[in-house]
Amino acid sequence: MISLGWTGRLVLIGVPFLWLTLFFLLPLLIVVKISLAESTIGIPPYTPLLVNHEGGVELHATTANFALIAGDDLYLRAYLGSLGNAAVATALCLLIGYPVAYTVARSQGARRHLLLFLVMLPFWTSFLIRVYAWIAILEPNGLLNQSLMALGLIAARLPLLNNQFSVELGLVYSYLPFMILPLYGSLSRLDRSLIEAAADLGARPLRAFLGVTLPLTLPGIVAGSLLVLIPAIGEFVIPDLLGGPDTQMIGKVLWDEFFNNRDWPVAAAVAVVLVMALAVPLLAAQRFLERGHAA
Amino acid sequence: MPSRTAGWLGVGALTLGFGFLYAPIVLLVLYSFNASRLVTVWAGFSTRWYGALFHDTAFGAAALTSLEVAAMAATLSLVLGTLAGFSMARFHRFPGRLVFGFALLAPLVVPEVILGLSLLLLFVACESWFGWPSRGMLTITVAHATFGACFVSVLVRAQLAGFDRALEEAALDLGARPWTVLTRITLPGISPALVSGWLLAFTLSLDDLVVASFVTGPSATTLPMAVFSSVRLGVSPEVNALATLFLCVVLLLVAFAGWLMARTERRRQI
Repeated sequence: MISLGWTGRLVLIGVPFLWLTLFFLLPLLIVVKISLAESTIGIPPYTPLLVNHEGGVELHATTANFALIAGDDLYLRAYLGSLGNAAVATALCLLIGYPVAYTVARSQGARRHLLLFLVMLPFWTSFLIRVYAWIAILEPNGLLNQSLMALGLIAARLPLLNNQFSVELGLVYSYLPFMILPLYGSLSRLDRSLIEAAADLGARPLRAFLGVTLPLTLPGIVAGSLLVLIPAIGEFVIPDLLGGPDTQMIGKVLWDEFFNNRDWPVAAAVAVVLVMALAVPLLAAQRFLERGHAA
Repeated sequence: MPSRTAGWLGVGALTLGFGFLYAPIVLLVLYSFNASRLVTVWAGFSTRWYGALFHDTAFGAAALTSLEVAAMAATLSLVLGTLAGFSMARFHRFPGRLVFGFALLAPLVVPEVILGLSLLLLFVACESWFGWPSRGMLTITVAHATFGACFVSVLVRAQLAGFDRALEEAALDLGARPWTVLTRITLPGISPALVSGWLLAFTLSLDDLVVASFVTGPSATTLPMAVFSSVRLGVSPEVNALATLFLCVVLLLVAFAGWLMARTERRRQI
């Protein structure tokens, strides 16, 4: 690698760079372009941005799609609803994931390998099917209602599916491993002697946890939160399968705008606003992931 | 905290956490053997849904499409991701490194609806300019290779960070040509990342519903798309059977990868 020439370097960096430019960065610009177009009936179903007009080229851009998004309550509610759902899911993942990651990080040898394997396994199984599995459990006639009634804990069936509760449950369930893994990474690197030192100096366990463990595992907390929060905001499958009419999330709005209303420019405008809203956490995510590599 | 209390708390956390993660999957597997179509009734053990599944040609065709796309996308991801991982791990300064780094990490978190929509708009624009490509397996493969490569690059980069470069330098000092060093020292050294990277890209592709739904054309239906249109109508016992089979395949693949990695680890220690 050391004597790699200029051509070698160019291929090594250039090929994947070109690929990502073509298939990730350029498409994002095209989304911006089409968000400024008008919807028409035809193939493709949007107006061109540059029109040949009497020898010259004219720019035909409209901000009507953005005005529509700003004016219609539906979109604002969906954006805020997504943000709220994702934020609650992130907090719950942290609350459930931290004790799990802590225990895994403190176990030894083969047991630790097994537990880590159990955390990773859901990554390898179908996301769609794991969400779908909850339908049978949460249905009005489903397993959970039946068991609770058989135990005499409830008198009537609870509405468990197609509401806020089921969406939140689905988000936490699906994204929990994404929280546990970075937390585990931070916790397993933690120097145990620091906690012992705190104890020797008279700190009670809670104090030592709050003063030593928690601050030192902050990078894991932030990385895990971003890995849950950002994809959860744009989630489509969970609100579609587990949600109801009053649990609109922006990923589903975008999908419906595209597939049901066939309004590509509005779908593109929804995407542009979403990317802009995500830009700050995205850049923060990159910094954190980069720092993780540097460490 | 007395250590016994801490121990019990730990066991409690693990039981709750893993119970939550695995209970739905276990129930799904159980229901795939239920003779009744309804989830509410247990009508005895039966494999009838597996029989029904094998006679369902739509699922069969979709599964073949998915496997073909996943194999191509994973291989492409492996090549692109390894190149990218090398670039980021070994070259600390080159023009555009910041943009490159962003483009490598952003697809890991950017919502799938955005990846799907943006790629579709690119493919549509391409089609209207050059008359190519028509949407279908090719466009799904390209889309999956794009985010697959990002995951592979993270794994390769992490493995290279822990790789002892003195081994490469020693080989060079002993007169090995750079190509020999690459194929005999470096690549075998990072082989665990290459194996798990390929497998990860493969399963991500096999699992993807959203991006594939956007970029596909009328000619290609993947397995998640077939599953989705069937579960949208409610619980389907055939999908339970399919999920169980899928789980078995995944377990076998993961076990194989684990065995492979344990073997390379042992060899290195010898």
